[in-house]
Amino acid sequence: MEKKLLRLTVNDEYHELYIKPKKLLVEVLRDEVGLTGTKRGCNTGACCVCTVLLNGSVVKSCSVLAMQAEGADVTTVEGLADEAKLSPLQLSFLDHGAYQCGFCTSGMLISATALLEENPSPTIENIKESIQGNICRCTGYNSIIRAIKAVAEGKYKESKQ
Amino acid sequence: MKKFTVINTPIHNIDGIAKVTGRAQYTFDISLPGMLHGKILRSSYSHAKILKIKTRKAKALKGVKAILTGKNTLGVKQGIWRRYKELCDEEILARSKVRYIGEPVAAVAAIDEDTAEEALDLIEVEYESLPATFEPLEAIKEGAPQLHEHADRNINVTRHIEWGDVDEMFKKADYVREDWFKCSSQAHVCMETHCAVASYSPEGKLTVWTSTQSHYYIQVLLSWMLGLRESDVRVISRYTGGGFGSKFELDSAQFCSSLLSMKLCKPVKIVLTREEEFMATKRRTPMFYYLRAGVKKDGQFLAKEARVFTEGGAYTAMGATALYLTGFFQTFPYVWPSYRYDGYRVYTNTAPTSAMRGFGAPQATFSAETQIDLIADELGIDPIEIRRKNAMYPGHEVPGQAFIQSCGLSQCLDKVEKWIQSRGKLPPNRGIGIAAYGFMSGGIFNWFNTPYAFSSAIVRINIDGKVDLYVGSQDMGQGSNTTLVMICAEELGVRIEDIRIHMGDTENCPVDLGAWGSRETLMQGNAVKMAASKAKQQIIEFAAAKLSPNIVYDLDIKGRWVHLVARPERGISYYDVVKEAIRGKDGQPIIGRGHYTPHRKGMISPAYSFGVQAVEAEVDPDTGKITLKNCVTAHDCGQVINPLGVQGQLEGAIAMAAGYGFTEDLPMDEGKILNPNLVDYKVLRATEMPETEVMEVETYEPEGPFGAKEAGEGLTNPTAGALSNAIYHAAGISIKNLPISPEKVLEALREKNKKKKKKK
Repeated sequence: MEKKLLRLTVNDEYHELYIKPKKLLVEVLRDEVGLTGTKRGCNTGACCVCTVLLNGSVVKSCSVLAMQAEGADVTTVEGLADEAKLSPLQLSFLDHGAYQCGFCTSGMLISATALLEENPSPTIENIKESIQGNICRCTGYNSIIRAIKAVAEGKYKESKQ
Repeated sequence: MKKFTVINTPIHNIDGIAKVTGRAQYTFDISLPGMLHGKILRSSYSHAKILKIKTRKAKALKGVKAILTGKNTLGVKQGIWRRYKELCDEEILARSKVRYIGEPVAAVAAIDEDTAEEALDLIEVEYESLPATFEPLEAIKEGAPQLHEHADRNINVTRHIEWGDVDEMFKKADYVREDWFKCSSQAHVCMETHCAVASYSPEGKLTVWTSTQSHYYIQVLLSWMLGLRESDVRVISRYTGGGFGSKFELDSAQFCSSLLSMKLCKPVKIVLTREEEFMATKRRTPMFYYLRAGVKKDGQFLAKEARVFTEGGAYTAMGATALYLTGFFQTFPYVWPSYRYDGYRVYTNTAPTSAMRGFGAPQATFSAETQIDLIADELGIDPIEIRRKNAMYPGHEVPGQAFIQSCGLSQCLDKVEKWIQSRGKLPPNRGIGIAAYGFMSGGIFNWFNTPYAFSSAIVRINIDGKVDLYVGSQDMGQGSNTTLVMICAEELGVRIEDIRIHMGDTENCPVDLGAWGSRETLMQGNAVKMAASKAKQQIIEFAAAKLSPNIVYDLDIKGRWVHLVARPERGISYYDVVKEAIRGKDGQPIIGRGHYTPHRKGMISPAYSFGVQAVEAEVDPDTGKITLKNCVTAHDCGQVINPLGVQGQLEGAIAMAAGYGFTEDLPMDEGKILNPNLVDYKVLRATEMPETEVMEVETYEPEGPFGAKEAGEGLTNPTAGALSNAIYHAAGISIKNLPISPEKVLEALREKNKKKKKKK
């Protein structure tokens, strides 16, 4: 299969890559760009551990061909912190113990980031719905919900600057 | 001074920053130079002879590097019950016979996953189909197809537990009740599927990165299967993306990648797909439970008889342990003056069943607690009251089995009773059900036949006061690294950030049996505490020489301050003592070693956690749909080490155990799992979680480090039973067949209404 040129920006870094056109976005992010923070859990779009932002919108990167990201901006979990400074959600996830094995955490953080971008004052129901697709087998979700709620309530404001 | 400086403060997991930034490197993320990718061809037959495997076409495919079958193995039948030869029955790569759909028959290594996948389609396997059997109650019958030559009537293991005069006590009973229960299977659904990267070097050394709960077990089992020296196999597992009991036996990814790498001298990576994970890795043991209970009319328990037939699947796996534990925990957490248990594990042509969080106890607790509520209802006794009347207590001995030291069960009952009262009158179709439970803090059994201590740890203190803690335990997300660092910091009198933990590598870490059976806090925790204590003693010796106190004074370290216990202001900085102590030891770092093996602690475990859970649920009488509203747990795990960790374990266990209760199922047709994906297999989602509350009941467990007991696995035990009781109280229906699906609820409601009409 002939490789094709893909140009995309991942976490503010511009990349030009030659890839097989059937490659999925998750494969390119992990194997070509080398960012393994984005995981894969099912390949059927059912677990959302591969969630990333594509031009600001939540997508399952196992359900998107990499070529569909031509010219796009992608944000992965590696793009959430500003150098050593963690994002409010990352800090809140730590404080609330909102992860255990950590394998779903990247996708969970991305879903939560997108929610708060779109709706800075979500209700508990909004929060639950925003992560309904993300499976976590360890935490039982409630700590994740508390962590997102705490950020929405402005408890991590100073660290935002 | 406060009792503790570190323990009982909420600490987020020490590897948290790596996890929230995506930098934690799981086996799934490992890529080595020149690495090949492997895939496994699996049987599509549930029972068949392998006549021939033709690999010529597949080998000719460009990019394929090797294809191996059972013929390329040493033909070892392995098992984790190494002490018992007849229980070692699984080849992993079948040589002449397959016994379940999904059993590996060939392994391919190729330049990438796509090529390896393509090669699988080109391998031709000639099978001779054999008659198969799928249900334990059928498979045990005379004349059923036999899976293994050594096992007549497919009986794999039997277990008998008995105490008291059961028949005599039944005669004294005012009320006797019999019930049958069917406990379903469940998939672990680790978000990281089973995976391994194996790299064999020409020097004869094999390194395997893998997602596991016990690097030690994998090291030993691999060396046995591959004919290597134990120490020539190095197993590395820094981060594990979930385990829940599915990752401490040798799996096909580990074995096949190692075999391929040994053939090619190149690294080979195998990651199981989600479908393989469902169809061909182990799962929770389905059980048919017969229970007969005899009680006095005031609710006092007298006699219990239990018979269990478990669907073993094709191989033993950890099923023998599950069979024993379910029988033992069937009486928990109560005093039964007499008890007789007979368990039969039956081979069937289905994927092997094995350990899963709770290890046989969730099945026991579901059936026992459902029956207790039915008894209480018949006798007109309150569910709390009947449990209180028969509750285990500190100092109770389970005859021939266990000695209970700490036990906060009655306090747990009090707390849950108060909560139920606070709920007042519930809306229609809503009910609260309770279940009481207990669980072990690490198993005493040594079927693996390890000659090592069950847990070991090493503490090394460097010149800057930084502590290197070496443990053999595995953190798979449950937070054992953090718990152990906290225990070490408390004992040494330093802070969390002074300690760097080293784990997940057989080359650098002392042996620990791994993260299963809720063993890490107590067993590895005791080893860590001992190692820290021995290191601390050396510091104190130097400090004593320096401070020259009256000989009757004791010294201690707290908050990096080495001081006289009676006069805390008289002391010296921990950092200064360490520097001088190392100089004084001719430049040797301070080292302490610790180990733990239970001796004379009964048959099961040195200590037991206890608790009571209340589930409030609503039943929709039109659709049969169940909605969880509240789940409140009063919990005795001894001294809490990390409250944040305990809460996480509790909430996570509720999600998993509620799933077992009403949404998760593995339906099969002729041994084929019908829903091997995350769309049709329903794990609980965020929107389905109830409100959760944990009420700690602190006790002190003399066997545990700082009085601690298990706090992770046992929490999976009560939820299905509490839910079944909630539905009984909400809708007047008792469903004894898990999971409690809407169809079963509707069917039971129809039956109930029919009976009502008849009565009228």
